[in-house]
Amino acid sequence: MTDTLERKRTRSVEVEALAVILVLLVIFRESISGFIDGAALQTWITVFVSVLVQAVPFLVFGVLLSAVIAVFVPRSFWARALPRHPALAVPAASVAGVVLPGCECGAVPIAGSLIRRGVTPAAALAFLLAAPAINPIVLTATAVAFPGNPEMVLARGLASLVVAVLMGWLWLRLGKTEWIRLPHRHDEGASKGRAFWSACRHDVVHAGGFLVVGAAAAATINVVVPEAWLQTLAADPVLSVLALAVLAVLLSICSEADAFVAASLSQFSLTSRLVFLVVGPMVDLKLISMQAGVFGRGFAVRFAPATFVVAVLAAVGAGAVLL
Amino acid sequence: MNRQAQAVVLFLFGGAILKASLTDLYLRYVKEGLRPFLIAAGAALVLSAIMTIWYDLRAQPSDDGDDHGHAHHEPRVGWFLILPVLALLLVAPPALGSYTAGQSGTVQINAESDYPPLPAGDPAVIGLLDYASRAIYDDGRSLDGRRVRMTGFVSTGDDGVPMLARIVVSCCAADGRPIKVGLTGGPLVDVPAGTWLQVTGRYTAQRGKDPVNQADIAYVEVEQWQPVDPPKQQYE
Repeated sequence: MTDTLERKRTRSVEVEALAVILVLLVIFRESISGFIDGAALQTWITVFVSVLVQAVPFLVFGVLLSAVIAVFVPRSFWARALPRHPALAVPAASVAGVVLPGCECGAVPIAGSLIRRGVTPAAALAFLLAAPAINPIVLTATAVAFPGNPEMVLARGLASLVVAVLMGWLWLRLGKTEWIRLPHRHDEGASKGRAFWSACRHDVVHAGGFLVVGAAAAATINVVVPEAWLQTLAADPVLSVLALAVLAVLLSICSEADAFVAASLSQFSLTSRLVFLVVGPMVDLKLISMQAGVFGRGFAVRFAPATFVVAVLAAVGAGAVLL
Repeated sequence: MNRQAQAVVLFLFGGAILKASLTDLYLRYVKEGLRPFLIAAGAALVLSAIMTIWYDLRAQPSDDGDDHGHAHHEPRVGWFLILPVLALLLVAPPALGSYTAGQSGTVQINAESDYPPLPAGDPAVIGLLDYASRAIYDDGRSLDGRRVRMTGFVSTGDDGVPMLARIVVSCCAADGRPIKVGLTGGPLVDVPAGTWLQVTGRYTAQRGKDPVNQADIAYVEVEQWQPVDPPKQQYE
C-alpha cells in the first residue's frame, strides 16, 4: 500500500515539475532569447531543429507500423513462416525484415519475442540487423536524402542484407545460446488497443529521445567542426570510412533519420557515407544498451563488435562495386 | 519517466510539430513537400498522447503495475524531447543565412548538358544556382544580351567583396550549403551582410574564388539593386 502511495507521489511530481519549468521558461522567454543571439548558436539550433523536423514523420510512421505489426500480427506467425532448417531460416528472416518497417529500437524487442516464441536465435538476430536497415520507410528516406544518387539505396539495402545473413550464419557456427538471457515480460494480456498505444508511446518517447541526442551531436559536428578539418579527414579514403563508422556508433541516430544526417556530411565520399548508413542501424550506443537490456550483457559485448567489423567490410565492398 | 509525463511530452512535441507545419515556420528547416507528412505526424503524436492519458484514466488500479514493474523499460531519455519543443516554440531559430554563407564554401555546381533559353521578360528572373551554372559551364552563352534579376542576401568575403548568396537545401537545413555570386560594378553595395537584395544586372566574364573552398564564383555586372523583404521560401 505504501508502495502504491509512493508511486503516486513521484508520478505527480514529474508532471508538476515539468509544468513549473515550462511556465518559468515562457515567463523568461525574452532574456533566454537574448542569450542565444550568437550567430553560431542560432545556426546550431536551426540545424538541430531541422534534423529533427525532417526525421519526425519517418519516426512516427515507423513506430505506428511497427506497433501495428507487434500487436496485431501474432508472434507465432513468424515461427510458422520461417523455414525449419536454421541455415535457410537466416536469409529468410533477413528478407522478412524488408516487409517489417520500423527503426532499430523497435526491432530489438521484436527479435527478443521471436526467440521467446521458438525462432532460432540466428534467424532472429539476422532479422534484428536487417529489419531497421532495409525496410521500405528507411530506403525511401535514403532515396529522399540522396536525390542525385539512387544507387545509394541499392547499395545500402544489399550491404545491410549481406551483413545480416553473414552475422546469422556466424552465430550458427560460433554463437552459444547461454549468452542470451531474456528478461520476463509483464505486458501480456493487455487489450489490443491499449497495447498498441502503449507500444507507440514507448517507442516514440524512447527512439525520439535518442534522436534528439543524435540531432544535437550532428548539429554540433555541423557547426563546431571546421569545414577545412572535415575536408582533411574526408580526403583520406581510409580515415573517412573509419571516422564515419565511429560517428555512426556515437551518434546513435534512428535508421529512419540517419540518411538525412549522412546527406549533410557532404564533404565525405559516398562510400564512407554508405558505411555510416550500414553501421548505424546495426551497431550504435543506444542499440548496444538496448541489446544488453533485452538479451543480456554477455551477448552485447560479443555481438556488437563483431557486427561492427562485418558491417564496415560489407559496406566498403558494396561501395567499391556499386558507387 | 512515468506515463503521464511521457504523455505530456508527446503532446508538447506533437503540438510543436503541428504549429511549425501549419504556419510557415517549417520552411526554415525542411522542404515544402514534407508539410502533409509533418501535419500527419504531429497529429499522430498528439493522438497517442491523448490515448495514453485516456487508457491511464480508465485503468483499473490493479493494472497499474503493467508499466511500473521494470524500471529499465521506462525511457528516461524521453525527457530530451522537451528540447526541440522549446527550440520550436520559444526560440524558433531563423533560416540559415549569412553566417553559414561565410563559414561554408559555395556549393559545387553541376554542369547541365543543355541550357534552355532564359525565361521570358526583361529582366529575366532566375535563381542564383541557375545563373552560376550558366555562367561557369556555358560561359554565359544563354545569358548573352539579357538582363537578369536575382534575389538573395548579402555575404561579404574576406576581401570585402560583396556577394549575393542563397542557401541551397537538398533535403533539410542540415545539408544547407551557400551558392554565391559576386557583385561588380553599379552602385556601391553598402548594406550589412545578411540584408536581402533584389539585384538587376548583366552577365560578365569575371570570375572569383570562394575563400573557403576555392571553388569558382561567377560574377554579375550590377545595374541596380534594392533591399527587399526576405522571401517566404528562403532556400533555393
